[in-house]
Amino acid sequence: MNTHGNLTALNTIVMREISRILRIWGQTLVPPAITMTLYFVIFGNLIGSQIKDMNGIRYMDFIVPGLIMMSVIQNSYGNIVSSFFGSKFQRFIEEILVSPTPNWVILSGYCIGAIVRGLMVGAIVLVVALFFTRLEVKHPLITLLTLFITALTFAFAGFINAMFAKKFDDISIVPTFILTPLTYLGGVFYSISLLPPFWEKVSHFNPILYMVSAFRYGVLGKSDVPIGTSLAVMILAAVILGAYSSWLLVRGRGLRN
Amino acid sequence: MAQALEITDLKKTYDTGVSALKGVSLEVAEGDFFALLGPNGAGKSTLIGAICSLVRPTAGSIRIFGHDLARDRETALGLLGVVPQEINFNQFEKPFDIVANQAGFYGLPRPLARERAERYLKQLSLWDKAFVASRTLSGGMKRRLMIARAMVHEPKLLILDEPTAGVDIEIRRSMWQFVEQINRDGTTVILTTHYLEEAEQLCRNIAIIDKGEIVRKSDMKSLLASLDRETFVLDLVEACDALPNVEGVTLRRIDALTLEAEVPKGTELNLVFRALDSAGIRLRSLRNKANRLEELFLALVDRKGHAA
Repeated sequence: MNTHGNLTALNTIVMREISRILRIWGQTLVPPAITMTLYFVIFGNLIGSQIKDMNGIRYMDFIVPGLIMMSVIQNSYGNIVSSFFGSKFQRFIEEILVSPTPNWVILSGYCIGAIVRGLMVGAIVLVVALFFTRLEVKHPLITLLTLFITALTFAFAGFINAMFAKKFDDISIVPTFILTPLTYLGGVFYSISLLPPFWEKVSHFNPILYMVSAFRYGVLGKSDVPIGTSLAVMILAAVILGAYSSWLLVRGRGLRN
Repeated sequence: MAQALEITDLKKTYDTGVSALKGVSLEVAEGDFFALLGPNGAGKSTLIGAICSLVRPTAGSIRIFGHDLARDRETALGLLGVVPQEINFNQFEKPFDIVANQAGFYGLPRPLARERAERYLKQLSLWDKAFVASRTLSGGMKRRLMIARAMVHEPKLLILDEPTAGVDIEIRRSMWQFVEQINRDGTTVILTTHYLEEAEQLCRNIAIIDKGEIVRKSDMKSLLASLDRETFVLDLVEACDALPNVEGVTLRRIDALTLEAEVPKGTELNLVFRALDSAGIRLRSLRNKANRLEELFLALVDRKGHAA
């Protein structure tokens, strides 16, 4: 297909993904809003009011960037893993596989859908946060860049999970046993400077730390990790996962016999 | 005339070690209505999967209107439409969206995609269901939806993999009218079906595949002419006790009032009539058994009683 044809195919996949997000809004958009509201009420307001400032920042303000980032991570990952695995499971991925749509268009389309969901939920959580605190974004460009790279990275990660998954259990194992612990231990609720030196060092092997840290820097102007290091780690993670996703798709793993 | 499909020495061995295709070579001419038949597990689905790029061949080549599927995948697939055996659309989407989206995967701009979706849904009598959830469609409607989806980019080669399985006679007939029309309009059609009489009536050329190999390739007329026996169905006036012996002819009782006579080609039917008359068996009517292809098919795949 020519460039125009490829863009049409890309647009078709993206619009189908967005239409799915909106069609099942009760599963895609509402639950994160409710969960995050509870986090803000319980951790931010009730418990947070009893906690001292974190890195010189009021605790409620400290957790807002972390909770937004947590929503973006979970939702970009969750969107692609359930959508792509669902299309494999019901076999309607074959609609695209038998067409001339190139692999890069397929991967881009599903990733854009995941990014859209991640950013939509991030925006909802931000609106919820504004009921509890006032936010002044210090570095808008870094904030947006971090959001985008994080959503993209976890879109790739979810895509890889979906490519390997053979049953519905397989798409819940990684979020439950890997993603959630890494997110909680990635500095969403605390500064890693509070940890004993050994665990502080261990935390640096957690890629989510760099994403939360970069986003906190973008919003609040303060972070646990230098912004340059955070951005470098994030870009590296995105490139590695993106290359692996493309390779899996070209090989047709789990898609073509 | 150009070849719509050229398959050369195609082999496929799965990771499990199963050799599904053992060097299949096949040509289908442009404009043909071609039957690909074979018993379950013969390699039909693997062959169709390879043509539409869902199965990676171990060796060999596939060319669609001269475009090599391995080297020029996008052009080759752009000329192909596939109606698979299993329902494979998103059952939560509406038929209109399913068909219009499929056009998008082939690069058709949205206004044209919408226009084509409407046209094909109307042609396949699905327009009144265009905006309901597709899971609510009946089995026959789902199959017609897959035909509309396969046609939306107006392919030059259409593969129908058992499209009428489980579809009632009326809908089956309307589906064949549609497919015959698009064939007349120039689309090459390859059909696999369990209803062999459909293949006999619709297709001009045929290949029979068994155990991963093409065991017969021919035009339908020559193939049917090669039958050395014919079967006739005899309706009786009243039930009979014993059947007479007629040399070379096999008489079978189907039910109390129906017999089947398998007659070598060239044998005079008068022999049969005389023997029946002598035995006091009176005939009400006689007809040729319609499904001649089935007999040939079973002989070729050497599996009497095996479902196609």
